[in-house]
Amino acid sequence: MYKIKSLDDLKQIRGEVQSKNSLKRNGENTEQVVQIKVGMATCGIASGAKEIMKFLLEECEHQAIDAQIKQTGCLGYCYAEPMVEVQLTDAEPIVFGYVDKKRASEIIEKYIMQGEQIGGEISISFKTIND
Amino acid sequence: MRIALRNCGLIDPEKIEEYIAEDGYFALGKCLTEFTREETIKEIKDSGLRGRGGGGFPTGLKWEITKNVEAGQKYVVCNADEGDPGAFMDRSILEGDPHSVIEAMAICGYCIGADTGLVYIRAEYPLAIERLKIAIKQAREFGLLGEGILGTNFNFDIELRYGAGAFVCGEETALIHSMEGLRGEPTVKPPFPSVSGYMGKPTNVNNVETFASVPVIINKGANWFNKIGTEKSKGTKVFALAGKINKVGLVEVPMGTTLREVIYDIGGGIVNGKEFKSVQTGGPSGGCLTKDFLDTPIDYDNLIAAGSMMGSGGMIVLDEDDCMVSIAKFYLEFTLEESCGKCTPCRIGNKRLFEILTKITEGNGVLEDIERLRVLSNVIKDTSLCGLGQSSPNPVLSTINNFEEEYRAHVVDGKCPAGQCKSLLRYDIVEDLCTGCTLCFRNCPVGAITGERREPHLIDQSLCIKCGVCFEKCKFNAITLI
Amino acid sequence: MDTVSLIIDNKPVVVKKGTTILEAASGIGVHVPTLCHMKLDDLNIENKPGGCRICVVEVEGRRNLAPACCTDVNEGMEVSTHSLRAINARRTVLELILSDHPADCLICAKSGNCDLQDMAHQLGTREIHYKGEQSHYRKDTSPAIIREIDKCIMCRRCEMMCNEVQTVGVLSAINRGFDSVVSPAFEMNLDHSECTYCGQCVAVCPTGALTEVDHTGKVIHALSDKTKTVIVQTAPAVRAALGEEFGMEAGTLVTGKLVAALRRLGFDHIFDTDFAADLTIMEEGTELLNRLGKHLAGDKDVKLPILTSCCPAWVKFFEHQFPEMKDIPSTARSPQQMFGSIAKTYFAEKLKIKREDLVVVSIMPCVAKKYECGRDEFKVNGNPDVDLVITTRELAALIKLSNIDFKSLPNEEFDNPLGESSGAGVIFGTTGGVIEAAVRTAYEIHTKKELPRLDFDELRGMEGIREATIDFDGLPIKIGIAHGLGNARKLLEDIQAGKSEFHAIEIMSCPGGCIGGGGQPYHHGNADILKKRQMAIYQEDSNKSIRKSHENPYIIKLYEEFLGEPMSEKAHHLLHTKYFDRTE
Repeated sequence: MYKIKSLDDLKQIRGEVQSKNSLKRNGENTEQVVQIKVGMATCGIASGAKEIMKFLLEECEHQAIDAQIKQTGCLGYCYAEPMVEVQLTDAEPIVFGYVDKKRASEIIEKYIMQGEQIGGEISISFKTIND
Repeated sequence: MRIALRNCGLIDPEKIEEYIAEDGYFALGKCLTEFTREETIKEIKDSGLRGRGGGGFPTGLKWEITKNVEAGQKYVVCNADEGDPGAFMDRSILEGDPHSVIEAMAICGYCIGADTGLVYIRAEYPLAIERLKIAIKQAREFGLLGEGILGTNFNFDIELRYGAGAFVCGEETALIHSMEGLRGEPTVKPPFPSVSGYMGKPTNVNNVETFASVPVIINKGANWFNKIGTEKSKGTKVFALAGKINKVGLVEVPMGTTLREVIYDIGGGIVNGKEFKSVQTGGPSGGCLTKDFLDTPIDYDNLIAAGSMMGSGGMIVLDEDDCMVSIAKFYLEFTLEESCGKCTPCRIGNKRLFEILTKITEGNGVLEDIERLRVLSNVIKDTSLCGLGQSSPNPVLSTINNFEEEYRAHVVDGKCPAGQCKSLLRYDIVEDLCTGCTLCFRNCPVGAITGERREPHLIDQSLCIKCGVCFEKCKFNAITLI
Repeated sequence: MDTVSLIIDNKPVVVKKGTTILEAASGIGVHVPTLCHMKLDDLNIENKPGGCRICVVEVEGRRNLAPACCTDVNEGMEVSTHSLRAINARRTVLELILSDHPADCLICAKSGNCDLQDMAHQLGTREIHYKGEQSHYRKDTSPAIIREIDKCIMCRRCEMMCNEVQTVGVLSAINRGFDSVVSPAFEMNLDHSECTYCGQCVAVCPTGALTEVDHTGKVIHALSDKTKTVIVQTAPAVRAALGEEFGMEAGTLVTGKLVAALRRLGFDHIFDTDFAADLTIMEEGTELLNRLGKHLAGDKDVKLPILTSCCPAWVKFFEHQFPEMKDIPSTARSPQQMFGSIAKTYFAEKLKIKREDLVVVSIMPCVAKKYECGRDEFKVNGNPDVDLVITTRELAALIKLSNIDFKSLPNEEFDNPLGESSGAGVIFGTTGGVIEAAVRTAYEIHTKKELPRLDFDELRGMEGIREATIDFDGLPIKIGIAHGLGNARKLLEDIQAGKSEFHAIEIMSCPGGCIGGGGQPYHHGNADILKKRQMAIYQEDSNKSIRKSHENPYIIKLYEEFLGEPMSEKAHHLLHTKYFDRTE
């Protein structure tokens, strides 16, 4: 466990995490090529995100997909919960809405495994603080 | 444009490293190592940030006032008692990016000279509480809370206090009393919490969204932030879009965005292509705006000028099927239940307003009632003790001002134009069209329909409960709804 | 001194910084009406929740109206207390209160004394434009106090008294919104709570929501029962306040008229609780000297300070709040109960009647006395020593009901043998009085010398906690005085912490002592009335030829004929009591 004792310590941690993330994005980390985020705020969970998360974990293991699956907060598109964001190596992240188990397996089998566009993604239009 | 929600949906809220990777705690580091307390406050003041909880008080000024009060002990309080029905931006921030609030509270503590932060959070937010607890624990483990933060002599730690979901406890004096274990009811200001707050000590209270904006301001600079927004309202505001709108959800837009942009461009317009009627902003104390205001840029002052308010950012879209009298009644019912009961106008006045509205929606209103509503509403606004009472008649006043013809239709014509007020509906059977098939007769749940087979049927109005089953069942359009 | 200049109703005013608009206005003869606000000067008691909103005034440049009671003045402020906007708002707010208030003024116990009724009159309310649901709550009747909280207007005065002044903590606001009301927790009945029945809530309630249990009817029945001998005792504080009920100036002593009125009401013997107060001094003073003697002889187990035990609310207070200290107060019964006990033994024997045929009625400034007389330890075979207690207010009602023109009554004398009293007995009616009376007797018994002076100014006054050291001929006796249970609590906590250096402490529950009791004519927030009553009490004392309890000839005779000596076995049996742990 780090104990951050100065601004430099903080910078070091930021650097480590950022470079790990960029490695993944560029496909240089061979272990986990797919990054999946599931919106797990109250709104998502209420719409079934926990089940989807569990399903994704099981399916990826079952299909032997090296995916990093993690939870995240609310994206704001409450009308389309549960939402799953998938980022493949060298690709822009895609956000899928209204994800039920059927849709989740479609995402795995078609988009993740075969790179096939399956449509129905939610366009993310807002600007970030870095834009 | 996402500032307060910048990390929501991006990072794992339960991993402090991910927050740090997004420049987390760098604002705190910058303040502690590069800025004096005064310089930090100046930055916040220059940014033009105003309280996002509803009041719109300049945040930097509030910090400065609290800083300038001499006291050994001071407190930073985060108001996470989000109580507006339909508003959930604070919950989303705490669930998606709890560290941004922790970091900002520490910055505030540094500025005003407080070593203790308290988050007053509603117990109905278990996930937010859980994530906040995890975040606080991690921040402590990383040395970002506790003693000697980042190698400086600044100490700061945060505790949680749970609210039982009383709306009035969002009012800062009531919130403080609740934290002290007293009845959650407001007291007259002054003294303001900045002078005498929690346990009688100077206390700076800000809401979650306000705090969440602070680290960005420090990192990006006041000048970056104050270029966003309008002249008097800087930065962005999160709105909880709900009601008859296609894309229900949270949106964060720059101040000055028009209602039309939010409702049509972002929200995807009205459900089922119906016609827009009104948008209710500001939560239960806000007002209903007509389509004339669709192109009004949203900021604190414009909304107040239009007879509504920013509030915490609830935005509920109404269409042609919504009855404005019922809407006013709906909101008033909420404030009625949430009033603390301390002052007369809010305790009894709102009850009387509600009773008059009920009378109108039940078809027993008279023309004089509209004026009575106006007079009483104005007295309640003028005499109530706290912000809750002072703004509680807003839904009534704004609907009367903007939709008076609809009130008149209820009391003069005995009709509800939107068809929502059941007591004002009347189902009748058109004799010429009725074939006497007995379908309505057999389906009426209260036996209000009589008639022989192959003879025109009749609805006994005194028995009819206006459920509309006959209307739906009739295959010959023989039942009319007036 | 920092001053602020402002304009109120077009008149320039200069006041001290920190003054409220209400105070500033009152200084120039502008009396802004209020319902919830109450300030008892000199007693440090103030209620200003800013809740009723009757006192709203218009302040130039301010968005909404300002509550005058809790808005401080600012330099250059322009205030209008009777602008159209202010009057309209004030009347509307009052109409709202009235719209949720039972309109049974004609038969309300508070009629004629109700601040709300006065307000409706003052504001010229002729119509209530708002009608709707009214609050309904269960009526709660306890041994002393009736809560009819349909009439509660949420002024919170009772709550402030119960919590801040008395620290009893029984009454507080419960529920939310329209259903808000002041009540014991969980809407329990008062008699299931830790209520001491001090009656200060009743004393300050602006409406009929809190009143005393009315026993006048029972008194009338007793008086008309030919088989009973009905005697009456009247407490010291009654004579200093009863006149107010008949329009007389506060502080007018009406002892003679009071006796005359009681005689005309038909009581068979008119006696004085002051006699029993003298008796109390004999017992309590002796107890003090006993404990002191043991203490001086080095007895480590002896409990000091001794605490007075005349006040039934105080007794119930420590039984609930400090049960572990229940062996510290004097075991002497209160004067009311000593009187009852002597009346039903000594006096009944003299009359040769059974105790069951003797009815003892008390006239008390107090509502807790109604509770006290019903305590089991003050009954013999179910027959209470004191049968009925009515307050000063109830007596006034009884006098009016009986067509007696009080003001024109002649002055008459108490009957004997239980009607003679010393000045020491009289001063029991005010804070500081019991201990002063005890000092007068204890000094002379202890030193066997005559007191060089009788007025102990160092024991008198209105401060909540007072202390003085009295020189008992070389032995310094440290005395503490507290009135108001919150002040009593502070002294008790000192004792608990081993920090108390007092030898004796006098405690009275009501601010001002019995003169400010919950059964007295309503003071309507005017603390001057209490001070005038206090002056009257001391005046009665100085008018007396006998001013020390042990010199009261009838007391001497009572010991000779009946009791033996103070603290004798018989005295123990009849004049002393024990206390109970009420937390169990």
